[in-house]
Amino acid sequence: MNETPKPNSFRSGPDEDGRFGIFGGRFVAETLMPLILDLQGEWEKAKNDPSFQKELADLGTHYIGRPSPLYFAERLTEHLGGAKIYFKREELNHTGSHKINNCIGQILLAKRMGKTRIIAETGAGQHGVASATVAARFGFPCVVYMGATDVERQAPNVFRMKLLGAEVIPVTAGNGTLKDAMNEALRDWVTNVEDTYYLIGTAAGPHPYPELVRDFQSVIGKEAREQILEAEGRLPDMVIAAVGGGSNAIGIFHPFLDDAGVQIVGVEAGGRGLQGVEHCASITAGAPGVLHGNRTYLLQDHDGQILEGHSVSAGLDYPGIGPEHSWLHDIGRAEYVPIMDHEALDAFQVLTRLEGIIPALEPSHALAEVIKRAPKMRKDQIIVMNLSGRGDKDIFTVAKILGMDM
Amino acid sequence: MTVRMDKRFAAVKAEGRPALVTYFMGGDPDFDTSLGIMKALPGAGSDIIELGMPFSDPMADGPAVQMAGQRALKGGQTLSKTLDLAARFRETDNDTPIVMMGYYNPIYVYGVDKFLDDAIAAGIDGLIVVDLPPEMDDELCIPALAKGINFIRLATPTTDDKRLPTVLKNTSGFVYYVSMNGITGSALPDPSLIAGAVKRIKGHTDLPVCVGFGVKTADHAKAIGASADGVVVGTAIVQQIAGSLTKDGKAGPDTVASVVTLVRGLATGVRAARLVAAE
Repeated sequence: MNETPKPNSFRSGPDEDGRFGIFGGRFVAETLMPLILDLQGEWEKAKNDPSFQKELADLGTHYIGRPSPLYFAERLTEHLGGAKIYFKREELNHTGSHKINNCIGQILLAKRMGKTRIIAETGAGQHGVASATVAARFGFPCVVYMGATDVERQAPNVFRMKLLGAEVIPVTAGNGTLKDAMNEALRDWVTNVEDTYYLIGTAAGPHPYPELVRDFQSVIGKEAREQILEAEGRLPDMVIAAVGGGSNAIGIFHPFLDDAGVQIVGVEAGGRGLQGVEHCASITAGAPGVLHGNRTYLLQDHDGQILEGHSVSAGLDYPGIGPEHSWLHDIGRAEYVPIMDHEALDAFQVLTRLEGIIPALEPSHALAEVIKRAPKMRKDQIIVMNLSGRGDKDIFTVAKILGMDM
Repeated sequence: MTVRMDKRFAAVKAEGRPALVTYFMGGDPDFDTSLGIMKALPGAGSDIIELGMPFSDPMADGPAVQMAGQRALKGGQTLSKTLDLAARFRETDNDTPIVMMGYYNPIYVYGVDKFLDDAIAAGIDGLIVVDLPPEMDDELCIPALAKGINFIRLATPTTDDKRLPTVLKNTSGFVYYVSMNGITGSALPDPSLIAGAVKRIKGHTDLPVCVGFGVKTADHAKAIGASADGVVVGTAIVQQIAGSLTKDGKAGPDTVASVVTLVRGLATGVRAARLVAAE
C-alpha cells in the first residue's frame, strides 16, 4: 500500500478548483455559479489590495477590539495539575464571539461588489448577531435565516438581531436547526442573485467560502502564535478548539499547521453519545458526502440522506464540517475527538467557578477536552485553547438543564 | 444521445409541436402509487418523463417539491427503489425517455460507476443533477457520457453569453432552461422574455431547448411552447399529487386519475402551440 504523500506545506490549500484533497469544490446550482466565480475574483483582488487590508485591520483594532488577549488560566491550570493552559479570548470581541472577524471581512467584500442586501444563516445566533451588526454598521438591510428550534433556544440572540435592525426568519423545515437555515438562505440567494450577498458564517460551503472565511478567521491563530511566543518564548504543545462547521477552529489552527511540534485537536459535539444519531460528530462518526456546496464528512444514512444530529450547543448542531478539517483529518495533521453534552456542561461550570468566565457551550466542548488532557501532560507543557464565544446566550439553556429557576 | 431521446424529439418536431416533459417525485407518496402515475403519464400526453430522486436537503427546490421528497423518503423510497421504478416502467414502455433528476449526494454515496451501470440497466436516458455545475464535470457528467447516458444541464438567466459555452460544452439530450432565478414552484415570468432567452441559447447549440419553472396550466404550456422545443411541468404535478392525498398523507382514491387529468390538459396546451420554424 502506498502512503499518502505529505504535502510540503499544510497551509497552501485549496487548489484552484477549491479542493483540499478530495474535499471542498463547488457543488452548486448553475444559477449560483456566476456569483461564486465573481466572489472568487473579487476576493483575489481584495486579498492583495493594501487599502482593503488596511480597512480590515483598522476595523479589527477599533471596532472589534483586536488583538484579543491570550490569557493564562492560572487557577484552572493549578486545579488540573498538568499542562499550562492559555485561552485565546475571542469571547471579548465586539458581539461576543469570533464570528465578527469574518463578518467584517465579508461585508467589506459585499461593499466592493456593489451588493445592497445581506443574507445569513445562523445556528447559535452568534453569526446572525455579527452579521446584523456589520449590516447596521455599513447600512445594509439584513435577513437572517434561523432554524425554529434555535430561535427558541437562543432567544436573547434573536432579540439582539432584531434590535440591530435585521429580519429574523424562522425555518421550520427538518429539525429547524442550522442545516435547514442554510438550505433556506441558499434558496433566498438563488432567487435574489442580482443584489444579494450571502454572508456564510462558517468555513464551509462552495469555494471560495471555506478559504475566505478561514483567511478572515486566521487572525486568531496569527495573534495567538505571536502572543504565546512573547509569553513563553516558544510555541505551544497543543492547540484545541471546538468544531461545528469549524470556523473558529480553522482560524486558530491554520497559522500553526506547519509547526510540526504543535499537536492540533478539534472537538466535535458528541451529543448524547455516538451509538445513535443524537450527535454531530461528522468526522468521528460520519462519511464523505456532498452538501451545501462542498464535499466533506457528513452525518448521513446509507442512501445519502442527511441526518439531523443533535447537540446541546446550537452552534455545533450541524451534520457537516468545513472541508479543510476533513482534509486535515484524512492526512493526519489534526485529530478530531467527540465531547458529550454532559461533559461540556460540566466544563462550562468549572470555568465559570474557577476563572470567572462564562463560556459559550461551543468552546465548553473544547474546554472539556482540555480538562481531560491537561492532567496527563507535564507541567512545562502548554495548551492554547480558543475560547471562541461568551456564554450569556446560553444561560437559559443551561438553567433549564440544571433545573434552576430563572 | 440515446436512441429513445433522439426519436422522441424528432417525432414531436415532425408533429410541429413542443414536447411535454413531466416531472414527479419517485416514491411520492409510495412506490406503487408512484409507479401507477409513471405508467399513466405517456397515455395522458407526456412525451418525456423526469423522475425525481428524493433528497433530504433539496436546496434549489421550493416547498412543494421539498415536501414531495419528504413524503417519498417517509414512504421508504431510496435511490435503489427509484431505479427500480424506472425498470418496472420499462417492462411495458420502451419508447418514452426517462430522465432522472435530483442532487448528487445519494448518487455519490451509491457509487458513481455502480449507479451508471444500474441506470443503464433500468433504461434511464438522461440525468439532471442540480448541484453539479460544469466545474464539477469529472464527478458524474464525463463518466455518464462515456457510458452513453445524456447529461442534461440547466441554463438560467444568470448564464450569460460568456458562460453559455461552458455550460453547453458537455451537455447532451436537451438543454433545460430554467426561466427564472429562484426555486422550483415560483411564478411564471413574461413569455416574451423566455422566447428571447430560448433564441439566445439556440444561437449557441443545436440541442433542443426545454423550458421549465413556473409552468402550471395549459395556457402557460401553450405560451412557452410557442418558442421552446419542450415545456417542463413539475411543481403543478407534485401539487396535484399532494392535493389528492388523504389526511394522513397516504394515496387517495383519485391520486393517479387527478394527475392524468392535469397532464391531459397540459398536453392540449402544447399541442395548441405552434413551433416557430427552427432557424
